[in-house]
Amino acid sequence: MRFMPHTESDIAAMLETIGAKHLDDLIAHVPANLRARATINLERGCSEADVVREISALAARNTGASGFVSFLGAGYYRHYVPAAVRAVVARAEFATGYTPYQAEASQGTTQAIFEFQTLITQLTAMEVANASMYDGASAAAEAVLMARRLMPKRPVVALSRALWPEYRATIRTYLSALDGIEIVEVPFDDATGATDVSALDRIANDRLLCTVTGYPNALGVIEPIGSITEKTHRAGGLAISATAEGIALGLLRAPGELGVDIAVGEGQSFGLPLQFGGPGVGFMAARLTHLRQMPGRLVGQTRDRDGRRAFCLTLSTREQHIRRERATSNICTNHSLCALAATVYLSLMGRVGLRELAERNVELAHQAAAVLEVAGIRRRFSGPFFNEFALKLANPSAALEAAERRQILAGVALGADYSELSDALLVSVTEMNHGDEFSRLAAAIAEAR
Amino acid sequence: MASAGRSSPAAAVETPSTTKRIEPVAGVPLIFELSSEGRRATDLSPRAAGERRGAEIIGAELCREDLPGFPELSEPQVIRHFMRLSQLNFAQALQFYPLGSCTMKYNPVVNDELAALPGLAGLHPATPAHLAQGALELLARMEAALAEITGMDAVTLHPAAGAQGELTGLLMVRAYHRKRGEVRHKVIIPDTSHGTNPASCTLAGFEVIVAKSNRRGYLEAAEVRRLVSDDVAAMMVTNPNTLGIFEPEIQEIAAALHDRGAMLYMDGANMNALLGVAKPGHMGADVVQLNLHKTFSTPHGGGGPGAGPVAVKKHLEPFLPMPRLKHSGAGYAFDAERPDSIGRMRSFHNNFGMIVRAYAYILALGGDGLGMASRLAILGANYVRKRLQPHFPSATGEPSMHECVLSHDLEKRANVSTLEIAKRLLDFGIHPPTIYFPLVVPGALMIEPTETESKEILDSFVDAMERIYDEALNDAERVKNAPQTLPVSRVDEAGAARRPILRWEKKA
Ligand SMILES: Cc1ncc(COP(=O)(O)O)c(C=O)c1O
Repeated sequence: MRFMPHTESDIAAMLETIGAKHLDDLIAHVPANLRARATINLERGCSEADVVREISALAARNTGASGFVSFLGAGYYRHYVPAAVRAVVARAEFATGYTPYQAEASQGTTQAIFEFQTLITQLTAMEVANASMYDGASAAAEAVLMARRLMPKRPVVALSRALWPEYRATIRTYLSALDGIEIVEVPFDDATGATDVSALDRIANDRLLCTVTGYPNALGVIEPIGSITEKTHRAGGLAISATAEGIALGLLRAPGELGVDIAVGEGQSFGLPLQFGGPGVGFMAARLTHLRQMPGRLVGQTRDRDGRRAFCLTLSTREQHIRRERATSNICTNHSLCALAATVYLSLMGRVGLRELAERNVELAHQAAAVLEVAGIRRRFSGPFFNEFALKLANPSAALEAAERRQILAGVALGADYSELSDALLVSVTEMNHGDEFSRLAAAIAEAR
Repeated sequence: MASAGRSSPAAAVETPSTTKRIEPVAGVPLIFELSSEGRRATDLSPRAAGERRGAEIIGAELCREDLPGFPELSEPQVIRHFMRLSQLNFAQALQFYPLGSCTMKYNPVVNDELAALPGLAGLHPATPAHLAQGALELLARMEAALAEITGMDAVTLHPAAGAQGELTGLLMVRAYHRKRGEVRHKVIIPDTSHGTNPASCTLAGFEVIVAKSNRRGYLEAAEVRRLVSDDVAAMMVTNPNTLGIFEPEIQEIAAALHDRGAMLYMDGANMNALLGVAKPGHMGADVVQLNLHKTFSTPHGGGGPGAGPVAVKKHLEPFLPMPRLKHSGAGYAFDAERPDSIGRMRSFHNNFGMIVRAYAYILALGGDGLGMASRLAILGANYVRKRLQPHFPSATGEPSMHECVLSHDLEKRANVSTLEIAKRLLDFGIHPPTIYFPLVVPGALMIEPTETESKEILDSFVDAMERIYDEALNDAERVKNAPQTLPVSRVDEAGAARRPILRWEKKA
């Protein structure tokens, strides 16, 4: 009971004040039939050393977490996390506070969120960003719901088929209970791997609510967001971009520059560990004119009574605790500490560093593709790519097995999510990979052919 | 500045309200204001000679020119900036934080270390299952532990927070009815419910019917019987409710709902009252979400991340979200063949890092310790309630569980509001309770001490509250001008909303 400070005499004194004899007197009003069966049949509590032993043993059985050369990506990316990020998020002053409802007692958290909001608007070239969402997929779903509030009469939600499968699935779930929505999939071009912009023509009419496009997409390809946005706008719809690899925004043209109306994405690449897929952090940025329909918390700058700059949660009349069933979203707890990690990470990377890192990812990925090509292993798509690309292989699972025997995690087979891509393996290359790993990958895949 | 946030209560109390407060050091500049062109806090290993730059490789037309306004600092500057910011916060690890409904208990520090173990932190979500058996087994054990704790049949760890758990549960209820060929449009919610409940209903396509709790602060089965119909899909009940009262008629309510084919959704955010005391499954709940960041001690992080597992009875299991963990001869893996599943709520599996922490917490306490945690949480709430009774009477005559909701007459007697009381508490180095919630109690103070606070801490809280009561009557200005000892004085929240400034912009 090392977390509970009560001595026997504390308990006795407190019970006496209350006017009770035993602890269980305090729950005597709970129906007896419930209490009689309430015992929790789990092992007895144990020491910190025992807990560490038990969890460490489980951790040790995750043999895929270390000792392999890895090319795994597909929505979560291996990047170096500077120690400074961990040093800040480990601070209990940040980690153990609640949502900053009491502004005077949370200037650290509110200012950091304000900085996060600013960084996201800079990265996306948008006008306003919220304090965070759960992750990229739920942020994409919330973006579609936001579009729906902005234009309730338009039914058609157009999802690029090359948008991350998990984002598409999450959007479908979030929309599943709402009336009058039609989800259509916009195909991708089998040669380039980019969304087929001409296919948009068929749905570009006054029924189009929004388009949602990966940037880069789930096949690794850098989408022609500008043309997609233009077609969407011509039909009067809203263009939504979804970025799973945030580092790409350090180099690629910003969604805002390309006319995007709502830019969402996953911030895991900004200083968060892989952690088997969570927690990451969703971001959402939009145009100021759409502010009132934005979901999630927002921090604003204001003054204290003495005229000094201060920060606080604001515009909460959009939110569930005020607006209840008419709120813009049900989100309450978001991913604040992960947004803090991203804020520290982006501050460290900085204006020059983030771009250099993004360029290095491009360079290494293209170097890898070139090494594979020399070994006769070709890319599946011809479209431009950032740090991830699909290979065309007769038998991706055989390649994965051969690579694993050589202590390489070669990538993610696309066939599981795309029946038409049973010949494709998605390979991700980051600054964590070295040049000599590419020839090892090529040799392993060649062996499987 | 470092100590500005936590000056001793004594010093705070002695601050005369008439003297001008000593001006604290000016606020911390924004990270952007500390920037100087050309500074950097990171180095990449150098590019090989002659190697083409990334921008050339993909072509300039795909690339942005610059990141205008982005920070340019050295590493020591970045560290100092965020360390200074950290010092402006109140936090559970620093002070008493009896924020009702939020369960601000101690977060065992070893759990952060465990989540950071390379075998857990370094595991990519696309790792083949046979190379991630430890992680999958941890998830399976956690599902089993939560099923045992709640008395339910199956658990998903997929949702990212309590509110997402609510939406998950409601979508499952909807799918269940549809599978039986029924379309039900309404969900009943009590007037004491948390805002996420009605907001989740709207997202799940349901219309909300509000049930009134009685004068004693709980729900009567008669009221539920009056409202339930064949068009009601479910009722969402928080138990204990947001007044901190165990719903005495919960089993009759469940029966009344089930009689008409409706489900009982239990909001399990207040599970810290029920560990080893009563199981939702036995109360008749069909589905319940848990907030690991409350009951199971994962750090709140200044507003997340948390995790919102959902536990269900057998009949809802087919509808659980994807992915589902399954066990076979080959070990654990995720199951993609689930035709009735509501689908996915997010990327990948779950907020694994939080689940590791919560599982470590459950191991540490064990079945016996969890039961004791709830009992001591209930002890603390009743102790504070009893001691504050003279000036801050309970909003209800019913016994309290893990939190108590108090009211006061200072608004009438001294024109001092609950908000002002809360702000004055800050000067005592205490985080205020949740205020103005639940909405059914005017000027509510919702106090949740948790089991990890000692009697001395609770006593000093009571002393501070008594002191504030006196001040309100004798020196109301001091209360109205609070806080006086924090890095900032009262923040103009109305001003922030009137003219929103939501990002820093470079001065032209
Ligand atoms: C009673 C109750 N229900 C639901 C929630 C929502 O949980 P979360 O913030 O994790 O989404 C909360 C917490 O804020 C709560 O107190």
